[in-house]
Amino acid sequence: MHDHPHDHDNNLDPMTARVRALETILTDKGLVDPKAIDAIVDTYETKIGPRNGAKVIAKAWTNPDYADWLAKDATAAIADLGFTGRQGEHMQAVFNTPDQHNVVVCTLCSCYPWSVLGLPPVWYKSPPYRSRVVLEPRAVLAEFGLTLPETTKIRVWDSTAEVRYLVIPMRPEGTENMDESALVDLVTRDAMIGTGLPQVAS
Amino acid sequence: MNGPHDLGGRAGFGSIAPEADEPIFHAEWEKRALGLTLCCGALGYWGIDESRHARESLHPHDYYGSSYYEIWVKGLERLLIRHGEVHPDELSKGHMNTPGHATAKRLDPQDVPAVLARGGPADRPATTKPAFQIGTKVRTQKTLPAGHSRLPNYARDKQGTIIALPGHHVFPDTNAKGVGEAPQWLYTVEFDARDLWGDAAEPGTSVTIDAWESYLDAT
Repeated sequence: MHDHPHDHDNNLDPMTARVRALETILTDKGLVDPKAIDAIVDTYETKIGPRNGAKVIAKAWTNPDYADWLAKDATAAIADLGFTGRQGEHMQAVFNTPDQHNVVVCTLCSCYPWSVLGLPPVWYKSPPYRSRVVLEPRAVLAEFGLTLPETTKIRVWDSTAEVRYLVIPMRPEGTENMDESALVDLVTRDAMIGTGLPQVAS
Repeated sequence: MNGPHDLGGRAGFGSIAPEADEPIFHAEWEKRALGLTLCCGALGYWGIDESRHARESLHPHDYYGSSYYEIWVKGLERLLIRHGEVHPDELSKGHMNTPGHATAKRLDPQDVPAVLARGGPADRPATTKPAFQIGTKVRTQKTLPAGHSRLPNYARDKQGTIIALPGHHVFPDTNAKGVGEAPQWLYTVEFDARDLWGDAAEPGTSVTIDAWESYLDAT
């Protein structure tokens, strides 16, 4: 798809045409190698996603020393599992308890811990979530099907700097006999944003 | 600036509507937009702060009418024009008139894994001691700067409590203008929801932001 010089034909939707023109211009100028774009896309489609974060959570659930490390220096503890880099340079793990639930947002743009969760879903990046979750977190969580007791405080972390927050959900009851790899499958993306809980053991 | 991006507490955007089994990308052009943005970042003309400011400087009508990756593409075009790598005529015609300048910095495909794994850390060595400690009560600044700021409007002129010191980080307000990183101590500040929203606050809720030292005064 990159070997034609210019395709601005009216059979393309406006954004396809606009981005294709930009890629063509930048490639011809020698500023962009389309294969580098392919490599970036492949990374976030196949290598970096919420499975990374789920491995962090499952390890924290099964290894108290790791959980302590995660609480004290999340960047290093997460890097120890091989998850580093862009939009995960400065990590902070925030632990849910029966008294305190955590939920993450970026009201100013769409900051999100790419290194452990991959690219954010559209709802996370869109005005309804960004505008409302700081004002009415209980109502927003209820829309996600998560109703917390009034005795559970909610802390909303607005990622306004380069610190990226990973919610560590509580280990579900009934999972005492599950090993780390089985627990990974219970950890959902939304549980690590704070808009959901882990799946219950089947 | 209190631009269209500064969304915390604003009304009227409707329900959240998460998509079931959402794909990572919704169109092929979104993939190319992501890759182009990262590849052009590697050219070294701008950092994350300037790129954020380019996006939030879109006219509100344009910002609210654009999807996430549309905003990225529009911001990228502005940055490329500002730094002299693309002329508006080239964008309107769809082909280049003059060769690129920073071609020596073109991101090679084999370097992509290392570049993504390295990221762009924002912490810098400290030459001062932090002015505040965990537990210090602070008030956020009232003044709304004209340029880039990472202090959300809903958290201006509000009292909160320092709960963590994440480090000594590049100051976005200056870095976005290209006038220096001017690193400062960064603080995580927690606000009781009642101090932000008054009687509209939900019981038992709080909000934190990460705020640079110059955003804060001791109370």
